Amino acid sequence: MNEKNNIDDNFKSGSNLEKLLKRGEFVVTSELGPPRGASREAVEKKAEILKGSADAFNITDCQTAMVRLSSIASGVILINMGMEPVIQMTCRDRNRIAIQSDILGAAALGMKNLLCLTGDHQCFGDHPDAKGVFDIDSIQLLDIVRQMRDEKRFQSGEELKVEPRLFLGAAANPFADPFKFRAIRLAKKIAAGTDFIQTQIIYNIKKFEEWMSIVRDMGLHKKVFILAGVTPIRSLGMAKYMKNNVPGMDVPDEIIKRLEGAEKKKVEGINICLEIIERLRKIEGVAGIHIMAIEWEEIVPEIVERAGLLPRPNL
Amino acid sequence: MIVAESKPFKEIYEWVKDLKKICVIGCGDCVTVCHMGGQKQVEELAIKLRIAAKREGRELDVKEDTVLRQCEQEYVEPIGNYVNEYDAVISIACGVGVQTLAEKFTPAKIYPGVNTTFMGAPVKPGLFLERCAGCGDCVLDITGGYCPISRCSKSLLNGPCGGSVGGKCEVSKDIPCVWQEIYEQLDKQGIINYMDEIRPPKRWSTSTGSFPRKLELKHLQVEEE
Repeated sequence: MNEKNNIDDNFKSGSNLEKLLKRGEFVVTSELGPPRGASREAVEKKAEILKGSADAFNITDCQTAMVRLSSIASGVILINMGMEPVIQMTCRDRNRIAIQSDILGAAALGMKNLLCLTGDHQCFGDHPDAKGVFDIDSIQLLDIVRQMRDEKRFQSGEELKVEPRLFLGAAANPFADPFKFRAIRLAKKIAAGTDFIQTQIIYNIKKFEEWMSIVRDMGLHKKVFILAGVTPIRSLGMAKYMKNNVPGMDVPDEIIKRLEGAEKKKVEGINICLEIIERLRKIEGVAGIHIMAIEWEEIVPEIVERAGLLPRPNL
Repeated sequence: MIVAESKPFKEIYEWVKDLKKICVIGCGDCVTVCHMGGQKQVEELAIKLRIAAKREGRELDVKEDTVLRQCEQEYVEPIGNYVNEYDAVISIACGVGVQTLAEKFTPAKIYPGVNTTFMGAPVKPGLFLERCAGCGDCVLDITGGYCPISRCSKSLLNGPCGGSVGGKCEVSKDIPCVWQEIYEQLDKQGIINYMDEIRPPKRWSTSTGSFPRKLELKHLQVEEE
């Protein structure tokens, strides 16, 4: 029997995310960090909170190099709850053999979206003496999965029988250096095969607009769906930590000052987030937002609702 | 050159705490340049060992010797004249030197007095930086002469990751982002378009961690009887 996924050939994977983006909807994705333990309930609890607030949900892959329940396993739990996961895959912990194997497994288990990342360095996590693999990088990973999907070939060139139908994503950080290279890196990711982009958390809108204008000049916004990353700030401490301790994060002083002056930090943090979303929606080439409420999942429904983005479209 | 760092003295002393006669053997090559394994360091380590033993109320006979290049069989030959009279040898050459002694003078016990750390360069007095990973498939032709394999924390081939800020690596503000350096170098060389190319996955089969590598020069080999 010729095994074939029941996917319209016009779609890469036919995921909700892909269909909505191609239909021109302003999409919302959010994020779920799996627990540091073998708790199915913990995944379900977070997923239950997020359900209905976004079109697809990223599941992080041992973010900041901390061991957590795996992204693909969490993805199965989400699918069983009727939600659509975006599996995250980093190059830090697996070589090309393990990565391709996990990709086949993820597709076989029903995953339809894959975010390809290089990964945070292992020194940031709880196993700093681990060997960082980095056999390949995010761009090579995109190219490998695209080749598996579109040419039915492994990285080695060997033929594979049933291709993994995945809608491919990648990250972009407009706030990293050298600034001029950032749009070029995006172009490389597009050439390698990314279908959508989720950006670094945006607080510095001016710089993001500057990047988007280069992206538009290069015509890249027509070749890829760009989802702008946002994160509500819970406290002044969190804002300062992100500003000073997270490499590649750009938190302008005015945000810090606003929080300093605010009586209720959380309320102000949400207001700032909503204002940022409002401005991002007006930027040409922004196809949606990606809300990363780190260990604050319960705030996502409120943000999406107050942003006027509920209910999420039904396919 | 090969750069090494002294092992903690406690670790070294642990090997010899029950022994009576040992030798400390240095190397006059790379580890001398990085002030870790030359004649002077042999003398210093020998003195420290004798003092430590004396503090425990015992005598430790420490012979000192330094050969010109400990990685070559011919240079270590003279050690054979005395090595069997000693309980152990502490070599403060790089790991190559330690292994040359171990192979040549079986069953003498050879201990590594230094940790061999990297292939690098003395960039200013007292500062040595890693410059080559010996990956066996050099990419310096496309990176403006700056090695991303040894100098990028993730050995990336497609440009700086999202953690490169202000010319620094995400791992530490003490580490320059080599991809920022490569970017600037290629720009100056007028070949910034090299940054646009997608570099395919690297052939790690030529690198360390794959299998023991060798260089064979057939025309220089002598038929063994």
